[in-house]
Amino acid sequence: MFQPSPWRADFPAIAALQRQHQTYLDSAATTQKPQALLDALNHYYGHGAANVHRAQHLPGALATQAFETSRDKVAAWLNAAESSQIIFTHGATSALNLLAYGLEYRFEAGEEIAVSAVEHHANLLPWQQLAQRRNMRLVVLPVDEHGRIDLDQALQLIGPRTRVLAVSQLSNVLGTWQPLPALLAHARAQGALTVVDGAQGVVHGRHDVQQLGCDFYVFSGHKLYGPEGVGVLYGLPQALALLRHWQFGGEMVQLADYHSASFRPAPLGFEAGTPPIAGVIGLGATLDYLASLDARAVENHEASLHQHLLRGLADRDGVRVLGTPQAALASFVIEGVHNADIAHLLTEQGIAVRAGHHCAMPLLKGLGLEGAIRVSLGLYNDSDDLERFFDALDQALELLR
Amino acid sequence: MAAQEALQSFEQARGWEQRARLLMQMGDRLAPLSDAEKCENNRVHGCESLVWLVAEQHDGQWQFKASSDARLLRGLLALLLVRVQGLDSGELVGLDLREWFTRLGLERQLSPSRSNGLHAVLQRMAELVSAS
Repeated sequence: MFQPSPWRADFPAIAALQRQHQTYLDSAATTQKPQALLDALNHYYGHGAANVHRAQHLPGALATQAFETSRDKVAAWLNAAESSQIIFTHGATSALNLLAYGLEYRFEAGEEIAVSAVEHHANLLPWQQLAQRRNMRLVVLPVDEHGRIDLDQALQLIGPRTRVLAVSQLSNVLGTWQPLPALLAHARAQGALTVVDGAQGVVHGRHDVQQLGCDFYVFSGHKLYGPEGVGVLYGLPQALALLRHWQFGGEMVQLADYHSASFRPAPLGFEAGTPPIAGVIGLGATLDYLASLDARAVENHEASLHQHLLRGLADRDGVRVLGTPQAALASFVIEGVHNADIAHLLTEQGIAVRAGHHCAMPLLKGLGLEGAIRVSLGLYNDSDDLERFFDALDQALELLR
Repeated sequence: MAAQEALQSFEQARGWEQRARLLMQMGDRLAPLSDAEKCENNRVHGCESLVWLVAEQHDGQWQFKASSDARLLRGLLALLLVRVQGLDSGELVGLDLREWFTRLGLERQLSPSRSNGLHAVLQRMAELVSAS
């Protein structure tokens, strides 16, 4: 039965891609954008760009107001208590690097940082490199065969020496939700700071950072149907107060002398240089659009498409799905067939999926794989997109086998 | 000669299926590498697949060998080798490989995106030639 997406027409690029015979199933890498975002960018650039937090002139005041309104919208989206708990960065990766550098001074040799085995490189490498700089130990929490962090082992591994726990909410390779409440509560009881990489998780369902109970939550705009170049770092006030300033210049400064300077607190103190103004305003417009949707209808649509995807993969011989995906995506390999060959032939047929290591090389290596194919869904996808993918997959396999 | 034949069959190919079949046939004819040749030194990095490129120069002429664990990429490597085999450094530097793959109808395979290995192979080849 055909399952349409009621929101498909809100994303003009989907129709444009279809005219180029492209079926877009790579939304976990980046998403297509709603008209509301295009309009906001057009309006900002078309009506007078200006820098924020600097000028007293009217365009500057309007830009600053729009920029700060976006901060309110992000805070509301995450249910943060205060807008001042939202720092705009240049992406999720830069938010995680800000944390790793901003917290570095607190750590000593022999202390530990815990990450999970499913982390995206963005939430692995900043901590790995920090551990190397400070002679700390990076503890990797193992995952079970479903792709979920093994809670029993994790609770053993997170102890009084653990200073930071940094875990993703939803795996970008395995599509599994991680057991965050238990992990975060345990880590905080041990005195560790908790960092949640919400890059994938924030896209599916609404998440309440206060309920989640983490010190920091990170996501990027472009995976949430917003623009690239904008990331968000949410922090509890007492956690943000621990951060040392990292990048310097621009309006992050309070007073500057030739030989010394003092800096603003969060959020502005961590937004060095000119921020991505249009992007931040665009992200605000995207959140307005998303907030206008019937959240339950979106959830049902995504869940039912995801079931369709898993069923279709299970119906095909030799397909091995990695882990037990619960949302948004599925990664798979096919017995006796190289994933690069599948990817090549899907590309030939206009199917845009991701092949390779998905920025999680150690995870793939741990599974004994060089790579995998990942199909990921957005709210604009419909069941015809999946049928076109399955037809193309069948054709590819027929040729290759 | 081999290059002419390859060009002819790809020019006559209709649709992606026939091109894919031809690529696989080309790949099957690629001379296999020994285990010793599949060493780290000969690995071409920056590809999602395993790719090896071996280059030797005899009397100023380049002889290449290449392989991959991915079938279609083996085909692309075979099409590359038929065009560059036996050329000297000057000829290689002057060669427009983009044009060659465009004539084969395969120009999109040269994309620098990581999912495809051909771009990295060409870069490696250029490095080897300029270092000689």
